[in-house]
Amino acid sequence: MTAPSESMRLASMESAAEAETPLRRFVSDFCESKVAIAAMLVFAAIAFVACFAPLISPQNPYDLAEIDILDGRLPPGAQSMTGLRFVLGTDDQGRDMLSAIFYGLRTSLAVGAMSGFVALCIGMSIGLATAYFGGRVDTIIMRIVDLQLSFPAILVALILLAVLGKGVDKIIIALVIVQWAYYARTVRASALVERRKEYIEAAACLALSHWRIVFRHMLPNVLPPLIVVGTVQVAHAIALEATLSFLGVGLPVTEPSLGLLIANGFDYMMTGKYWISFFPGVALLITIVSINLVGDQLRDTLNPRLQR
Amino acid sequence: MSVFIIRRLLQSAAVIVLMSLIVFFGVNVIGNPVDILINPEFDQEEMERAIKALGLDLPPWQQYFVFVENAFKGDLGKSFVFGTPALQLIVQRMPATLELAFAALFMSIIFGIPLGVWAGLRPDSAVGKTIMGGSILGFSLPTFWVGIMMIMIFAVMLGWLPSTGRGETTELFGIEVSFLTADGLAHILMPAINLGLLKLSLVIRLSRAGTREAALQDYVKFARAKGLSQQRVVMVHILKNILIPVVTVLGLEFGNLIAFSVVTETVFAWPGMGKLVIDSIQLLDRPIVVAYLLIVVFMFITINLVVDVLYSVLDPRVRLQDVKA
Repeated sequence: MTAPSESMRLASMESAAEAETPLRRFVSDFCESKVAIAAMLVFAAIAFVACFAPLISPQNPYDLAEIDILDGRLPPGAQSMTGLRFVLGTDDQGRDMLSAIFYGLRTSLAVGAMSGFVALCIGMSIGLATAYFGGRVDTIIMRIVDLQLSFPAILVALILLAVLGKGVDKIIIALVIVQWAYYARTVRASALVERRKEYIEAAACLALSHWRIVFRHMLPNVLPPLIVVGTVQVAHAIALEATLSFLGVGLPVTEPSLGLLIANGFDYMMTGKYWISFFPGVALLITIVSINLVGDQLRDTLNPRLQR
Repeated sequence: MSVFIIRRLLQSAAVIVLMSLIVFFGVNVIGNPVDILINPEFDQEEMERAIKALGLDLPPWQQYFVFVENAFKGDLGKSFVFGTPALQLIVQRMPATLELAFAALFMSIIFGIPLGVWAGLRPDSAVGKTIMGGSILGFSLPTFWVGIMMIMIFAVMLGWLPSTGRGETTELFGIEVSFLTADGLAHILMPAINLGLLKLSLVIRLSRAGTREAALQDYVKFARAKGLSQQRVVMVHILKNILIPVVTVLGLEFGNLIAFSVVTETVFAWPGMGKLVIDSIQLLDRPIVVAYLLIVVFMFITINLVVDVLYSVLDPRVRLQDVKA
C-alpha cells in the first residue's frame, strides 16, 4: 500500500528537481482540477468518435442499402428486422440514431474546428500586424472590429448566410467572418503590451526583419490568451452552427450536423417521439460543456496573474 | 459636444449605407427569383411582363437606386410571396417580437437579481455555488435545444402549457398583445423564459459580482453597525447600488434579445418578425429579408448611438479621447 505512493512521491520530487519546464508546469497546473480532467477526457472521447465515426458506428446511416424505412421511428432499444439493435432508436427514415449522432458529431466538430482555425489564423495575423505597425490601418481595422462586435454573432451570421446561401463552405466562411474579430481584438490587446517590452526593442536593435520579430518574438508571448479565446470560440462556433442549421439556413440536408438532426426530430416531438431530437441535443450539449470547462481551466492555468 | 454628436451621427449614417449595400447586393446574388416566383408554364411574353412588374429586368445597381429612393419614402419593396409591402409585413409582426423580448427581459430581471444577490451574499454556500453553476450552464446551453426540451417536458409530457402560437390576444393602445389574457400568458411563458435564459445568466453574474463588491463597502458596514435589519441592508443599500450596472448592460443587450428571438420564435412558432425572416430566407423572398436586416441593423445602430451619446454626456473623458483619436 505504502510502496507505490512512496515511489510516486519520489518520482514527483524527482520531476520537481528536474528543470521545471513551462509545459510540465502547465500540465500539472491544469490537472489540479478534477472537473477539467474529466472534461478533457470526455472531449477526447468525442473527438475520437468524430474521427472514427465510419469505423465504430453500428451502420452507415447515409447508405441507403443499410437502412430500411420500415424500421422508422422505433423507440430506443428496439430491434430491426435484420436483428440490429437500435440503442437510441431510429429516425423517420429508419436510421440508427447512434450512428447518425456519430456522423453528426463528425460534421459539427469539423465545421467548428475548421472555422475556428481559419478565424484564429486570420484574426491573429491581423491583430499582431495592427498592434505592431499601428497607425491609420490600425485605427480603421479596429473600427471595423468594434462595429462588428457591436452586433450579436447570430445577426452577423444571418446576414452572411442570407447573402451566401447554404453549404458547408458557406457556413465555414460565415463562421470565420463572425469570429475573426474576437481573435483580432484579443491578440491586439496583448500584443500592444508586449510591444513596449525590452525584448522587442532588443530584437529591433538587432535589425531583425519585421516578419521575424512579429512571428518569432511577439507571437509566442501572446499565445496564452489566444488559446483560451480559441477554445471558447470553437464551442461558440459549434453552438452557432447547430443553431443556424436548426433554423434551416446553415448546412444542407446532405451534410447532417447535430443541429439538423435535432431539427429533423423536432417535427416528431409533438407525438411524443422524443428520442429523435433528444439524443443529438445531449451529444451537442456534452460537446459544448466539455469544451467550455476545458477552456475555463485553461484560463485559470494560463493567467499570469493567478500564477502561484 | 455637438461636434461629437454630429460625428457619431455621420458614422452611423455611413454604417447604414454600407450595410444596405452589403445586404442588398448580397441578397440579390442568391438564387434567381424568376425561377421560383413565376409560373414556368408562362410563355415568353408573360414571363417578361412578370419580370418587369417585379422590377427584376433592371441592372442590379439600378435596382439598388430604385430601392434607396423608395426606402426614403418608407417603401422597402413588395414581398414576392405575399404581394404586400415588406415594411408593412414586418411592422405588423414587430409587436409580437417586442412583446416577447420585453417579457424575456422582465423574466431575467425578476429571477436574475434575487438569485444573483443570494449567490453574492453567500458565495461559498452550496446554494450560491449551485446558482453560479447553473448560470454557467445557461451560457453553454444552445437556446433552441432548451426550447425544444421545454416543449417536450411542459407541453408534450405534462401538458401544462401550449407549445405554439400567441394564444388569445387583446388590443392595448391599438396593438395586439398576449400578456393581458390568461391564455396569452400561458403562451408567452415558455418562449419568454427560453429567450431570457441567456440574459438571466448574465444578470445573475452581474448582480452577484456587484453584491460581493458592495457587501464590503463602508456604507454597508456602517448600515449594519447602525443595527439595520439584514433585509433593509440588502433591499435598500445593496440593491440600489447594483442596479445601475445591471440596468446599463441590459439596455445594451436589448437589441441582442431581438436578434436572438429569431431562434425562439422558430421553436415556439411565435408569429414575430424573426420567424417571418427565417421563412423568407427559405422562400428567397428577398424584399422581406432585406427589409428585416435593414430594420434590425438600424435599431442596433440607434441603440449604440444613444448609448454613446449618453455616455459622452455623463463622462466627458469619452469624448475627449475620441477627439484626440
